[in-house]
Amino acid sequence: MDFSQTEEQQMLQESVQQFVRKSYDFDTRNSIVATAEGYSAEFWKLFAELGWLTVPFSEADGGFGDSAVDLTVMMDEFGKALVVEPYLATVVLGGGIIAALADEKTKGELLPQIMSGDLQLSLASAEHGGRYNPLNVATTAKAEGDSIVLDGVKTAVLNGSNASYIIVTARESGDVSASDGISVFLVPTDSAGVSIQGFTTIDGRSSSEVKLEAVSVDASARLGLPGKAAEALVLVNEKATLACAAEALGALESMLHKTVEYSKTRKQFGTSIGTFQALQHRMADMFIQCQLARSIVIRAAMKIDSSESTVEKAKAVSAAKSRIGYAIKAVGQEAIQIHGGIAMTEELDVGHLFRRVTALDIMFGDADYHTERYASL
Amino acid sequence: MNADFTADDLAFQVEVKEFLENEFPSAYRKKIDARQRLTKEEIVDWQKILFRKGWVAPNWPEEYGGTGWTPTQKYIFSTEMGLVGAPEPVPFGMTMVAPVIMAYGTEEQKKRFLPDILESNVWWCQGYSEPNSGSDLASLKTSAVRDGDHYVVNGSKTWNTYGQHADWIFCLVRTDNTVKKQEGISFLLIDMKSPGITLKPIVLLDGHPEVNEVFFDEVRVPVDNLIGEENKGWTYAKVLLTHERTNIAGVPRGKRRLGSLKRQAAETDDGFGGTMADNPNFKRKLAQAEIELLALEYSELRTLAALTVGKAPGPESSILKIVGTELAQSMDEMLVELAGYGCLPFLPEQYEEGFEGEIFGPGNSASAALTYFNNRKLSIFGGSNEIQRNIISKAVLGL
Repeated sequence: MDFSQTEEQQMLQESVQQFVRKSYDFDTRNSIVATAEGYSAEFWKLFAELGWLTVPFSEADGGFGDSAVDLTVMMDEFGKALVVEPYLATVVLGGGIIAALADEKTKGELLPQIMSGDLQLSLASAEHGGRYNPLNVATTAKAEGDSIVLDGVKTAVLNGSNASYIIVTARESGDVSASDGISVFLVPTDSAGVSIQGFTTIDGRSSSEVKLEAVSVDASARLGLPGKAAEALVLVNEKATLACAAEALGALESMLHKTVEYSKTRKQFGTSIGTFQALQHRMADMFIQCQLARSIVIRAAMKIDSSESTVEKAKAVSAAKSRIGYAIKAVGQEAIQIHGGIAMTEELDVGHLFRRVTALDIMFGDADYHTERYASL
Repeated sequence: MNADFTADDLAFQVEVKEFLENEFPSAYRKKIDARQRLTKEEIVDWQKILFRKGWVAPNWPEEYGGTGWTPTQKYIFSTEMGLVGAPEPVPFGMTMVAPVIMAYGTEEQKKRFLPDILESNVWWCQGYSEPNSGSDLASLKTSAVRDGDHYVVNGSKTWNTYGQHADWIFCLVRTDNTVKKQEGISFLLIDMKSPGITLKPIVLLDGHPEVNEVFFDEVRVPVDNLIGEENKGWTYAKVLLTHERTNIAGVPRGKRRLGSLKRQAAETDDGFGGTMADNPNFKRKLAQAEIELLALEYSELRTLAALTVGKAPGPESSILKIVGTELAQSMDEMLVELAGYGCLPFLPEQYEEGFEGEIFGPGNSASAALTYFNNRKLSIFGGSNEIQRNIISKAVLGL
């Protein structure tokens, strides 16, 4: 048993910390959010140079080793600094699907471009009717000669406006919730019939809604076997869920830290508000929430990296996302409350952290959804 | 990062499992499953079994009869004990007074007291809290006035568990009234047979006289029974309080209780044609408790991993106390919910030590509310959960 970080993990963590300290202060981050792309292409190249874009890929695919623990170490730091660059969309989701399903030729072509920072991707999986279940797919894929025609509406398509390809999940057969019959297709964003409505999310990320109207793609755009994408989709989804949990963890610890420091300097009634026991106990509770959340995120990362069954991995991820969802409400709301009015303004980073964790709670399923999923597995 | 045990640890785990399987008397296990109390003789018998195996005092140094186990081995041992419901040795002698005697007692005191604690020949109880000194323990008033070779003790102690069985009591007493409250306290060992000591049982909400008030009326205690220096007792007591907090997360016991709640839920109608195991509300409560238990277990493992690389247990152990006790209490609520009407009969006598009759009520449901009532103590004793939050805010958050 060993909960300490490896040397490589420490280096990874320090390298993100160093970048944030040097180049990613709150104002810089906000100016990036205000750009049309919603991310910095310059920083993205830097992420590539620093090797961060290789983390969730196996060594065989030219990556850093595809360790979930490594991924959480990095996401944790991203969370603290409110990083908006499309790591989740391009690397974890897009890259994850390609690594899991594409043939060697496509992998050989695309993965190096992802890792070098030259390719932006987007996964169009979620639908309005599907809640958070990636296997709830109403978008259809129908064969017409050598082509496949896609029809449907996808929501919460992160990075859709910046991506060269959108990876679309679509149903070739079966009921709307059947795990069999789902395929994924690599669709160039400039294909006829693809319309992307971009927007900025509540937490400052670039996202979009994607309409697919009689989008015709070559059968070779299908990644993997027809109708057999479910397993890979679920596994990539688990990793993305864990990544969100880890990012939320970093954001929560940052909120705790900022709240405690603020309470030491903010003076009311002639003394710093941190001397009030009514507030001390609530900050102690925030600390407890953060510690429990950290424990269960570490546990989930270890399970993903282990040789245990997919069910055990799914349960571990759902346990983590459920628990962190409750922590998000508890810690997030208390951080705002203890700061008081100032945290209601856009000037202070605490409010932005609150927006970020609120979005992270929703992404890939909130606390109640994952509690239910945990109980049903 | 990994949460795996080494091959040696796994072999040790098998050894512990086998020992408990063979040596933990099934009669005791049955009683504990029925939430019946063991008699003093049964408790002593079990502790002597552990003693003969050499496993009764894992936290003692080897020179005094400890096991010499690593932190991981200790964790495995207490986990396996908890999973089968085997009681840990009564803490007052083994884990509370003994470490203080080892650290601050004279050689003679060590020789006189430690072997009998190890062999469970002498039963100890605790004299800390007083009617007017609870969380503010240092405000205690029981006085000890020097008179030749004796102290004369007057006052009263409360929340004294198992005093009716005890041969000795360790007490915090006031030996100086003129200084800061923490600086006038001494640590005194008192023979319960001393003239002037009387015991008054206190019946708790579950109908069981689990604790006592102990009265001291001109009780003469030899000065040889003072531990360490006069007026240094508070320092010694604080050491003891840290010991009291280890193992308090109760993860194995929680796992065992959760398993039993699940089985019980599957056998309980929900009134809408299904069982409580399928009832969405109850199912969710079970899942949340299970998830909290996982978070707690890994928090404990993280603390343990820090111990194995030589770090001292920090104030973070307050987290384990708070979360462990609140989780246990939430399971008590579920127990009452499952019992339904069955929790209403107030029959404390059928859980008393030595009760041989048939237990009334389906599935032992008459114990549910009693357990719920009794376990409200969990967040009060061992430093109330509010005191634990004070510790976190001061020692961790620097407030």
